[in-house]
Amino acid sequence: MVTTYSQETAFQILDPEGKIVGPVPDLSNERLLAMFRWMWLARKLSDKIIALQRQGRATTFGSLVGQEASAIGLAAPLRPEDWLVTSYREIASHLVKGVPLATKIFSFRGCTHPSYPVETHCLPIQIVIGTQLLHAVGIAMAAKIKGDPIVAVGACGDGATSEGDFNEALNWAGVYKAPVVLVVQNNGWAISVPRHKQTAAPTIAARGAGFGVPSRLVDGNDVLAVYSAMSESVDRARAGDGPTLIELLTYRIGAHTTADDPTRYRDPAEIEVWKAKDPIARFKRYLVGRKLMDDKKESALVEEVEAEINAAVDEAEAMPLPSPEEMFNWAYAKPFPRLEEERAMLQHYLAK
Amino acid sequence: MQSTMVEALNQALALELERDERVVLLGQDIGPNGGVFRVTDQLQKRFGERRVFDTPLSESAIIGSSVGMAAYGLRPVAEIQFAGFLFLSMSQLVTQAARMRFRSAGAFGCPLVVRSPFGGGVRTPELHPDSLEGVFLQTPGIKVVLPSSPYDAKGLLASAIDDPDPVIFLEHMKLYRSFRQEVPEERYTLPLGQANVVREGSDASVIAYGAMVTVALEAAKQIEERSGKSVEVIDLRTIWPLDEATITASVEKTGRAVIVHEAPRAGGIGAELTAIINERCLYSLLKPVERVTGYDVPYPVPGHEDFYVPNVARVTDALERALAD
Repeated sequence: MVTTYSQETAFQILDPEGKIVGPVPDLSNERLLAMFRWMWLARKLSDKIIALQRQGRATTFGSLVGQEASAIGLAAPLRPEDWLVTSYREIASHLVKGVPLATKIFSFRGCTHPSYPVETHCLPIQIVIGTQLLHAVGIAMAAKIKGDPIVAVGACGDGATSEGDFNEALNWAGVYKAPVVLVVQNNGWAISVPRHKQTAAPTIAARGAGFGVPSRLVDGNDVLAVYSAMSESVDRARAGDGPTLIELLTYRIGAHTTADDPTRYRDPAEIEVWKAKDPIARFKRYLVGRKLMDDKKESALVEEVEAEINAAVDEAEAMPLPSPEEMFNWAYAKPFPRLEEERAMLQHYLAK
Repeated sequence: MQSTMVEALNQALALELERDERVVLLGQDIGPNGGVFRVTDQLQKRFGERRVFDTPLSESAIIGSSVGMAAYGLRPVAEIQFAGFLFLSMSQLVTQAARMRFRSAGAFGCPLVVRSPFGGGVRTPELHPDSLEGVFLQTPGIKVVLPSSPYDAKGLLASAIDDPDPVIFLEHMKLYRSFRQEVPEERYTLPLGQANVVREGSDASVIAYGAMVTVALEAAKQIEERSGKSVEVIDLRTIWPLDEATITASVEKTGRAVIVHEAPRAGGIGAELTAIINERCLYSLLKPVERVTGYDVPYPVPGHEDFYVPNVARVTDALERALAD
C-alpha cells in the first residue's frame, strides 16, 4: 500500500491559530522574543532589499517573505562553532549565525568583500542548485575526522532535491554517519515549476529512507516546530548518531527573485491560503497567549527593526567599494606573473 | 632508490600523510585495493581508515565533499579513477573548488588535490584516456600539473598537496611503470608553475608535457642525428600557471617552436602557447609555430588511438617543417 502524506502529518507545535498542539521546547522568554524579533528582521530586510533593487541600489534578490519561521528556526539551535552552508534563500539564517547585517546588505550591492566573518562559519551563499549540501557533508566528515564535536547544517530548496548532488549528499551522509543536518525548505515552487513536478515521492522527507537517513516532515511555518526538530537533529548529530533529513513545508509568498514574475505560473488564490498560515502572525498569537507580546509591543519592535535595517543600509552604502583590481587578489592564494600582468593592464585602463 | 612513477607517487603520498595530519586521501578503490594502479598501495594499512578511505562511487560527491573538507581545514587528496570521469565532477570542480577563494574574498580557500590517471597508449576503454587539461586552462582558480617522470611526479605532488589552491594532478598511465629513475627517499618539492628544460638546444624549441616529453626527446635526438640541428625540449610540468618566461627565452633563442600535446587541437594549450609566442617572440620567429596534437574528435577507441596520439614521426615532421629554410 502506498502511504501518502499531507501537510496534516507534518510535525507541528503551533497550529495556524497559534494553539499548542505539540510539545513546546524549553526556551526562555528572552529566546522566544529574540526569535520573534529575528523573524520580523528577516521579513523587513527582505522587503528592504527588494525596494533597494527597484531603486537600482541592490542586485538581483530572492525574497524570503513567508519563510521566516524556517529561516530562523533552522539556524537558532546552532552553536557558534557549528557550520551553516546554504543557498541564496537562507540569508536570514546567516544573520542568526552572526553575519553582520551591513555585510549582508553590502553583498547585495554586488560586492563580495568584506566577506562573512570566518568565525561565523558560514560559507558564502550558493547560487548553483544543491551543490552546497555536499560541502556541508564534507565539513561534517572533516570534523568527524578531526574529532571536533561540531555539526554542519546544509540547506536547500525543493528544486535542489532533483539534483544529483542532493542524492549524493544524502548517500554520503548516511554512509559516513556524518554529523550533518540536511534541510529542505520546500516552498512549493522551483521558480515556475511546482513541487509535484520535482519528485513523485509523497514527501521529500520520505526520500531519506532510501539512503538510511532518518527524516522529519515539519511544518515550516511553525517556528517552534522547526526549532524543536532542528534542535533534536543537531543534538543527535553532535552525539555521534549521524545525519537527519528535514523537510520544512513552507511557502514562498513573493516572487522567486526580483527578476521573476510569478503571475505567469501561479494562482493568486494559493497565496491567500498560505497567507492565512503566516509564520509571524502564528508565533505572535502564541506569544500573546503567554503575555509576552501585544500589538503595541509588536509595533515598537517592528519600528526598532526597521531603524536597525535603515542604519545598516546607510552603513553598507558608506562602505568603500573594493578597487576594481581586487578581482585579481582572490583568484589564487598568490598571484603569478600572468595575473600580475593582467592587473597592470587593468590599472593602465583605469588610469586613462 | 630506483622507482617507477607509481612508486614515486606512493612515496610522496606517504610522506605528506606522515608530515601533515590535515592530509586525507579519498576515492574509489583506494583503500585495501590500493587504487587500480596501486598508487595508494598500503597507505590505508599504514595510516588508518580515518586518513585514507574508500568512498561511495560518485565523482561529484568525491569532489564536493572535498570542497567542504578543504574549507574546514583538511588537505584532501581525491582520486578520480580515470580522467574521463572527471566530467561527472565538473560542476564541483569548476563552480565550487575553483571559486571558493574568489567567492569568499579570501576568507576560505580550497587546498584540494585531484589526482587522476589519463593518457593514450595503454588500450583503456572509452573515456579513460581523455586529456582534459585544456578544459581546466579555461577554469580560473585551478592549477594543473602533469608530471613526465618519477622524480618530477614525487616533487610536484608534494608541492600540489602543500599548495593553498585546488590542483588537478594528471598522471599519464603510460608513464606509470614504463621506466624507473633515481628518486630520493626523502621529501623534496618542485615548484608549480615552473617548466624544466630537459634538453638544451639552439635551433628549435619543442614544448611538451606528460608522456609527450619522451616523444619530444626521441624526435629531438633523431633530428640531431639526421641533420645536426640541435633541438631544445621544454617540459612544462604545469600547464597552469604557465611558465611563460622559460618558453619565451627558449623561442627567442631558437626562433622556431613546435608544441606537442595529446589533447585536442582546438582552443587548447597549443593555441595558448602559440598566442604567447606570437605576443612575445614575433620578431624572433623564423617560421610559424607548429602544433602536433590529438585531433578534434572524441578520444578514439583503443584500435584507433595509435593514429590519434602524437608520435615521434609526427613530431620530427613538424620539426623538419620548422627547421626548413
